[in-house]
Amino acid sequence: MFKANINITLKKSISDPAGIAVQNSLQNLGFDTVEKVRIGKYIEVYINETEIEIVKNKIDEMCRKLLTNPIMEEYSFEILEVSK
Amino acid sequence: MKFGVVVFPGSNCDTDCFHVIKDVIEQEVEYIWHQENKDLSNFDCIILPGGFSYGDYLRAGAIARFSNVMSKIEEFAYNGGYVIGICNGFQILTESHLLPGALIKNKNLKFICSDQYVKVVNNQTPWTNLYSKDEIINLPIAHGEGNYYIEEIQLQQLIDNNQIILQYCDKNGNISEKTNPNGSILNIAGICNKDFNVFGLMPHPERSSESILGCDDGRRIFNSIVKYYLSR
Repeated sequence: MFKANINITLKKSISDPAGIAVQNSLQNLGFDTVEKVRIGKYIEVYINETEIEIVKNKIDEMCRKLLTNPIMEEYSFEILEVSK
Repeated sequence: MKFGVVVFPGSNCDTDCFHVIKDVIEQEVEYIWHQENKDLSNFDCIILPGGFSYGDYLRAGAIARFSNVMSKIEEFAYNGGYVIGICNGFQILTESHLLPGALIKNKNLKFICSDQYVKVVNNQTPWTNLYSKDEIINLPIAHGEGNYYIEEIQLQQLIDNNQIILQYCDKNGNISEKTNPNGSILNIAGICNKDFNVFGLMPHPERSSESILGCDDGRRIFNSIVKYYLSR
């Protein structure tokens, strides 16, 4: 059994309104060294496979097909082996 | 002319669209349930209504795009069938690549629910032929993710092919950042595909199709497609 931790953010070229709002709030709280905040999504997928290479390919395909919209988002993931 | 109104779990403007087609413009209409693998050849125009299909949990329109009915609608559209996506329906059309671009969160982070002036920049389409060129109309908007985004090369293609149909403006037709409610590129409120048989827009014409509701500027979108279809 494997677990994929997937992180999705808006592409760097796209302005992130939620990130900017939080950035301003952090700066108002006195965290004035905050340079930038980007807000995204975190998705955990548990997948019942035995080969890590197969898991990598499947997770990548899931990201491209459904979990992200490549027009506006980018993604990264890590895969961990977990017990059932 | 026969219309189909698709019902996804979370659609909430399906009944309004059905009512406008049946009672206001008096055409035949039927609901289409999202799980149905239905033959759509009996339909002349499919409406993807507004709402929050599948709760919009992953992204607006992302899950709906893979529902059973959508593969049939894609086929219908690729064969020249007329498809209009309103609000969440527009988001579903971009997610399914029947229309280019994407809709991201409104720039000001607010869910906007208000009346909005829009300019009909292209009236030479099946959907807008009853408006005059550059006519300013009033349509309600209600969305949190209506900020239209498209990469520059594709934006240029939209401009070159006259695929930009509606732009947000003020009552005098000024198109600027000040008259842009959600941050959309070029104040875009509605676009068509290259063949003009697929139309997506964020404003809700079905909510402004009867004067008893305060404005009936939206009705001519539905009347336009009927007129176009019957005079082909």
